[in-house]
Amino acid sequence: MEINDIIKPENCVYKKPTLLNDTNMHYCPGCSHGVVHKLIAEILEEKGWGDKAIGVSPVGCAVFAYKYVDIDWVEAAHGRAPALATAIKRLQPDKLVFTYQGDGDLAAIGTGETIHAANRGENIAIIFINNAIYGMTGGQMAPTTLLGMKTATTPYGRRVDLNGYPLAISELVAHLDGSCYVTRQSVHTPAAVRKAKAAIIHAFENSMAGKGTSLVEIVSTCNAGWKMTPAQANDWMVEHMFKKYPIGDLKNE
Amino acid sequence: MAKFRGAVVVNEERCKGCDLCVVACPCDVLALQPKEVNNRGYHFAYMQNPEKCIGCASCALVCPDACIEVYKTTEK
Ligand SMILES: Cc1ncc(C[n+]2csc(CCOP(=O)(O)OP(=O)(O)O)c2C)c(N)n1
Ligand code: SF4
Ligand code: SF4
Ligand SMILES: [Mg+2]
Repeated sequence: MEINDIIKPENCVYKKPTLLNDTNMHYCPGCSHGVVHKLIAEILEEKGWGDKAIGVSPVGCAVFAYKYVDIDWVEAAHGRAPALATAIKRLQPDKLVFTYQGDGDLAAIGTGETIHAANRGENIAIIFINNAIYGMTGGQMAPTTLLGMKTATTPYGRRVDLNGYPLAISELVAHLDGSCYVTRQSVHTPAAVRKAKAAIIHAFENSMAGKGTSLVEIVSTCNAGWKMTPAQANDWMVEHMFKKYPIGDLKNE
Repeated sequence: MAKFRGAVVVNEERCKGCDLCVVACPCDVLALQPKEVNNRGYHFAYMQNPEKCIGCASCALVCPDACIEVYKTTEK
């Protein structure tokens, strides 16, 4: 069988969703952000939710999310995405409203907005990219940075006496009465990508059904900030990040 | 016995040569171009062993830039 007998339109089983446009994404090679952008575009396209969706993009490496996924977006000030999403969803209750935020955005400057939106049970989905670092600004420590992890601001590794403990946001949010679905996923293998996709679909459905706040944490890599190759960063994530941030559902009501 | 045959088409100009597809492929099909680069200077992925592809889409699922189209059929 020749290659040309295989590469025919009727045999296509996977291709880039058209909602992910042709603009080259600015992310470093191998960055988890790209995989999650692709999943969001894929879901909205497959489910036909593109016209219903309004995304709120963060400050952080994902600041340009609106350039790549062709839906309606609003760009929030640093950490304020859940506050903006609250207003949007209350004004347009039939929309699918989600935020897309890094750990610096969501778990440092925006901790208050995150917790209070979830505690109020706002009908939004929060996609949380936890790469345990401030990727965009050059790899500084984040609240989520692991103990012993070297960053630009913890060159000898994070220390409890100086820097406190890593903050597990999903556990916190799962305790709040307003959250309906809290899950931790990853995108480092084909199976993990499929599970993460199902989790984001569920979170989007909850937003439209008005069931409360959904949080999908994606334990991610920042290979540039971690100073590793993308493949090494995946292995390091499995070995170290999954201990503090174990994969699985924390709450599903 | 019917056998799955697959093939991938890599968007060479979009590819950043991150190598994650090469690692994810269970059949040792893919590699990064050892010398050739695209317009942005990346060693893009290609099918080094095309006859081994089964069209499982593992490579495409993990690709952060959605560069890979996957085709699959059965050979009788
Ligand atoms: C009010 C304000 N404070 C600080 C900054 C600097 N700043 C930009 S991005 C960022 C953190 C990004 O980290 P994260 O949210 O984890 O995103 P990542 O790049 O890792 O995806 C910071 C502190 C800013 N832009 N605005
Ligand atoms: S700095 Fe880190 S988070 Fe930002 S694009 Fe590069 S790898 Fe991704
Ligand atoms: S479709 Fe499967 S077998 Fe073919 S190159 Fe991709 S990962 Fe390898
Ligand atoms: Mg981060």
